[in-house]
Amino acid sequence: MAATAPTVAGTTATPVPPARRRRPKVGAYGLLVPASIIIGIALGYPLVRQFVISFQEFGLKQQFGAAPEWVGLQNYKDLLTDSYVWTVIARSVAFCLVNAVVTMAIGMSLAVLMQRVGRSARITLQVSLLLAWGTPVLASMTVWQWLFDTQNGLINWTLSNVLGIESMAQHSWIIEPLSFFFVATVIVVWMSVPFVAFSVYAGLLQVPTETMEAAQLDGASARQRFWGITIPMIRPVLSIVLLLQVIWDLKVFTQIYVLQRAGAPTRDTNLLGTLIYSYSKEFGLAGALATIMLVLTLALTGFYIRQMLKEDEL
Amino acid sequence: MSAVAAPTTLGVPADRPTRVAATRATDSGRSQTSTSRRVLGALAIVVAIAWVFPIYWMINSAFQPLNKLQAEDPTWLPLGGTVANFRQVIDDGTFWQAMRTSLAVVVLVLFAALIFAFLAALAVSRFRFKGRKSFILAILVVQMIPAEGLFISQYQVLDGWGLVNKVLGLALVYTAAILPFTIWMLRGFVAGVPIELEEAGMVDGLSRVGAFFRITFPLLAPGLVAAGVFGFLQAWNEYTLALVVMTDPEQRTLPLWLQSLVESNRATDWGVVMAGSAVIAIPVIAFFLLVQGRMTSGLVSGAVKG
Repeated sequence: MAATAPTVAGTTATPVPPARRRRPKVGAYGLLVPASIIIGIALGYPLVRQFVISFQEFGLKQQFGAAPEWVGLQNYKDLLTDSYVWTVIARSVAFCLVNAVVTMAIGMSLAVLMQRVGRSARITLQVSLLLAWGTPVLASMTVWQWLFDTQNGLINWTLSNVLGIESMAQHSWIIEPLSFFFVATVIVVWMSVPFVAFSVYAGLLQVPTETMEAAQLDGASARQRFWGITIPMIRPVLSIVLLLQVIWDLKVFTQIYVLQRAGAPTRDTNLLGTLIYSYSKEFGLAGALATIMLVLTLALTGFYIRQMLKEDEL
Repeated sequence: MSAVAAPTTLGVPADRPTRVAATRATDSGRSQTSTSRRVLGALAIVVAIAWVFPIYWMINSAFQPLNKLQAEDPTWLPLGGTVANFRQVIDDGTFWQAMRTSLAVVVLVLFAALIFAFLAALAVSRFRFKGRKSFILAILVVQMIPAEGLFISQYQVLDGWGLVNKVLGLALVYTAAILPFTIWMLRGFVAGVPIELEEAGMVDGLSRVGAFFRITFPLLAPGLVAAGVFGFLQAWNEYTLALVVMTDPEQRTLPLWLQSLVESNRATDWGVVMAGSAVIAIPVIAFFLLVQGRMTSGLVSGAVKG
């Protein structure tokens, strides 16, 4: 038995027909209980609660112990009539889409690159991406802040001393909103590309060579094979990865928060995550904005999730 | 065979009159392929260097004394560097305090998440029951919830139970956050072990439980390791919830400690900050390199099969 073990472990990547399921049903529910309880109390309940408090007022009185007042849709009305909130929503969606698209484009290109190059080049690239992937987000944030540092940052030094752009010598990257978001995008993309590249590469490896050879014999060009066979075959992986990117980039918090703490003007650089955080004393508004963010996430991804569910048999 | 197949690749019909031309095209095509392979290889190396550079720069700067960091021109190599920055980090009591908190949180999270996720993965991939599909759908949807929008009500819930500034409180929200993905991932691994193996074991005289633990469980070990590493990384690196839940400086996790180090050293000593970052990052990176292959295959297999 020990001898067969490794071979079976090696086949986990090949599809296996659904296991026969014929044991007592109560047992199955029992197995789900612990996970459901944890998710229920630490995610489900806060979610319901957030929804409830979004209809309540938490002011100064409540901080001193008074019961929250029901205010109906007032919080939503306050938020949605505030043009600043709309600015932040638009900014967040734009940031999310730009980051998701750039990350996907670079990640997919690198996955294809991995497939096309020799072994040593591929391993070099993979190790490098892994190092970036494995770096804790806060450590990445400190390095990038140091690279973009106004006084002694390497990027300013390169721009002014190597490329001769004198005006960049003492340039502050995070004061201007546009350049703030440029820096944030560089960091987010740098951190997210490895996941996309490896997932897509793993998907590419699952495309059967027989199919490609058959297409080749039938006269399909490399371009035709890529768009006509490879892409459709790895669609499930692409869908999941893109979906996760959109979700992650819409709720981005740490990178924005840390850059803001580095001295950027908060109001001009807030995204939804940091705006909610700034309402941490007004629970009602925070709850309402968080609910709006959830609806926005579903709006951006809902169509996609439906497509995925239709194709995936679960 | 490949000589015949090659012309078709180039889109040249392989009929008789063009045979000679086609062969010539093949030869130049061959050398073109190897040239383009070399160009792509060089491109891959350039991308690799660019991508890893920030990490190199972190380590390089961590070994530089302050006067070198603030010099007119950067110092590219850590030759003749100093370990003073690292010493300053290691000698800092708050670093070890944060280390203890982080370790405690990670251990609790891994213990709870692995066991509970394993049980749930077993249920959804080995049993067919009413609500199975809804459960899988639910764990998929739960991952869409913007946790960054939820932290205020999570704080309130923990506050109500006196779990704010407690390792247990942070471990609870972390476990809930990583459970869905862990279940998703393990489900792929469990489904990859054919139940026939277990049945064969039972034919050979093992009990159902015995067959499970002696046959299926060892085969799942790689999956559990991968899930464990995923959980470790999440709990070790997480910042947002820690920021909300651990407001007491005494209860900081390592990422919070690093941020406070940045804020007290900004524009003064980046060397110490880089040393702190490196100390937190290097064990994680090493760990990650060891097991990542299984993580991606786990994600993909979780995604493509039931």
